[in-house]
Amino acid sequence: MHPAPVSRSDDPHPMIEVQNVYKSFKHVHAVRGIDFRISKGESVAILGPNGAGKTTLMEMIEGIQQPDQGDIFIKGKKWKGNEKELHRIIGLSLQETHFIDRLTVFETLALFGGFYGLGRDRVTEIIRIIGLEAKIKAYVVNLSGGQRQRLALGIALLNNPEILLLDEPTTGLDPNARREIWSILKNLKKHSHTSLVLTTHYMEEAEQLCERIIIVDNGRILKQGTLEQLVEEDSGERMIDFALNESTGATPRQWAAAGFNIRWDTPGMNGAIALNAIETQLPEFLQFLKQNHLSLRHLECRRKTLDDIFTSMTGRRLNE
Amino acid sequence: MDLHLRPNQLTLLISAHFREIIRQPAVIFWGIIFPILIALGLGIAFTRQTDIVRHVAIIDDPATPVENGENTSRESVSLIDAMLDKHGEKIAGTDSATPRYRITIADDTLGKTTFIFEKSDRRQAIVRLKRGNLAVIMDEQNGTIQYHFDPANTDAQFTYLKLSRLFNRTREEAPEYRQTVRPLTLPGTRYIDFLVPGLMAMSIMMSCMWGLSYGMIDKRAKKLLRRMVATPMKKSYFLISLMTVRIAMNLIECTLLFIVAWIVFDITIQGSIPGLFAIFLTANIAFCGIAIFVSCRTANTEIGNGLVNAVVMPMMVLSGVFFSYHNFPDWTIGFIRKLPLTMLTDGLRSIFIEGAGFTEVLMPAAVLLAIGGFFFSVGLRFFKWH
Repeated sequence: MHPAPVSRSDDPHPMIEVQNVYKSFKHVHAVRGIDFRISKGESVAILGPNGAGKTTLMEMIEGIQQPDQGDIFIKGKKWKGNEKELHRIIGLSLQETHFIDRLTVFETLALFGGFYGLGRDRVTEIIRIIGLEAKIKAYVVNLSGGQRQRLALGIALLNNPEILLLDEPTTGLDPNARREIWSILKNLKKHSHTSLVLTTHYMEEAEQLCERIIIVDNGRILKQGTLEQLVEEDSGERMIDFALNESTGATPRQWAAAGFNIRWDTPGMNGAIALNAIETQLPEFLQFLKQNHLSLRHLECRRKTLDDIFTSMTGRRLNE
Repeated sequence: MDLHLRPNQLTLLISAHFREIIRQPAVIFWGIIFPILIALGLGIAFTRQTDIVRHVAIIDDPATPVENGENTSRESVSLIDAMLDKHGEKIAGTDSATPRYRITIADDTLGKTTFIFEKSDRRQAIVRLKRGNLAVIMDEQNGTIQYHFDPANTDAQFTYLKLSRLFNRTREEAPEYRQTVRPLTLPGTRYIDFLVPGLMAMSIMMSCMWGLSYGMIDKRAKKLLRRMVATPMKKSYFLISLMTVRIAMNLIECTLLFIVAWIVFDITIQGSIPGLFAIFLTANIAFCGIAIFVSCRTANTEIGNGLVNAVVMPMMVLSGVFFSYHNFPDWTIGFIRKLPLTMLTDGLRSIFIEGAGFTEVLMPAAVLLAIGGFFFSVGLRFFKWH
């Protein structure tokens, strides 16, 4: 396995450089001043809820949209005037693409492979990589959602790209299909130096596939870093997920007066509480429940997740 | 590398689009079998000698004016009554109280013409005329037979002429001039000879406009265009491949239509075969160019429907596919002749039935080529791939 490269903001030769980019559509400010660099071999997740500006940002990196302001460089080159060269080094998968319904899997890959001057051997290799050997002669229209997404990924990988851009590659897929896509991408990371950028609103996907995570919301970067950096930045906070058997024991005023940092999923019934010093704060929480005659149905202690971080910054959940 | 790559891209695209079409059974039916069925249906309907039956109302309410300011007299109706009693065959009516008469004019050459005369009040007769159940209304005034019909209706005119001839002959026993009818049934003079080139032209236009426009809008809506141009694919190859496949399909469709028309109706091509290919190819290019222009921006199939209809409907009506456009007012003819579909139908007909040579279709072919080139270039310039 190749060592995970460390992203450096001073990398003199980044694969992707996004410089203070803005993009608006009529009355919507989709991207509002985003900066980042992505190094060779680095895997970066752009994580954010629906409408955060992820797809617009991705489309600007893909050269489909032009920024209103700011610049984007791919291997030091702007899109304008370099489309032909850049298309050869980029593989991409759009959020949703329908291919030609009545072409087979092989024919579809052969068609796209032909655009790069690739032959049958590469097509066969890709079919093996994406695990669609059994569907080689199946029409695209007869594939399941997961299989179609694997085909889209296969097309993105055909040219052995230096940069792989995946826009929500697993959105709408069932957990099994999602894990199959993850498995293909993890194998790719093991065997290539491809720089990967993927957008997602699944924190697990970002955690599984990427060394660096950029959390975006409302067109801006909220936070970025490795998973450890993001999670540990809050000095070892722990989360307690809890659920009560009844909600009548304590009034909202009493909960507020107790001073716990609670994020309610169902007010008065279940939620999560962030604790800085679990040894002292957990007994206090349990004591509060006892005093108010509240009984626990469920209690679980866990590490902070990206969703908790996002919620603490925006007051909303990632998948809302 | 590039020189080697480009032809390969084009071949792959042509092969993919061809497979896309031929793997849909509905395309084969609507593209190939349906035009043949239309040709067979219309050809048989318009070439078979059939008996003609026309219904005529005799006004039987003397108190009612037939037209403003005119009155009929009861006595005068007897002229028609006398003629019907003498020459007509009394038949049972839908209503037993209303007598009906039948007079049949036998004609070995043109087929039988049967008139069914039925007495009726004016109001009922007008209602039946409006419904298309009647061709002519008759009554009498002061010994003069009057015919009431829509002068713009050629069928009503035809019925009137036959009726007036019948009545004049039977009333006046006028001597007839010796005359004979020699029906023109030679290839090239029949309706089917007129129809088949028109059907081919319509088929070419429809196939290009709907097949190309709708296909591209659909691919844009499904983001397939966006995905394809994110590769080193040459954009013009994509459009050229679509056009090539469409032209090849049209060639197959038109050839099959011709073969069926040749076998069933003995249709022949009297003019230049190279000229036929020239007009066929340039018309395809013209309609493909227009189709690309029409679909160059939108990703909405509803809007696409409207745009394609806006182009094809006027030409369908005006360009003389089924009937001659010379029936339109004279001041419109110059405009109609400049429409691409008219140029194609006129060009095809001139070769099929008038025996036109290559040079005679050169000008319309050049104009069609220029139309195609212009719309293709403008369409490509504004084409929205994303």
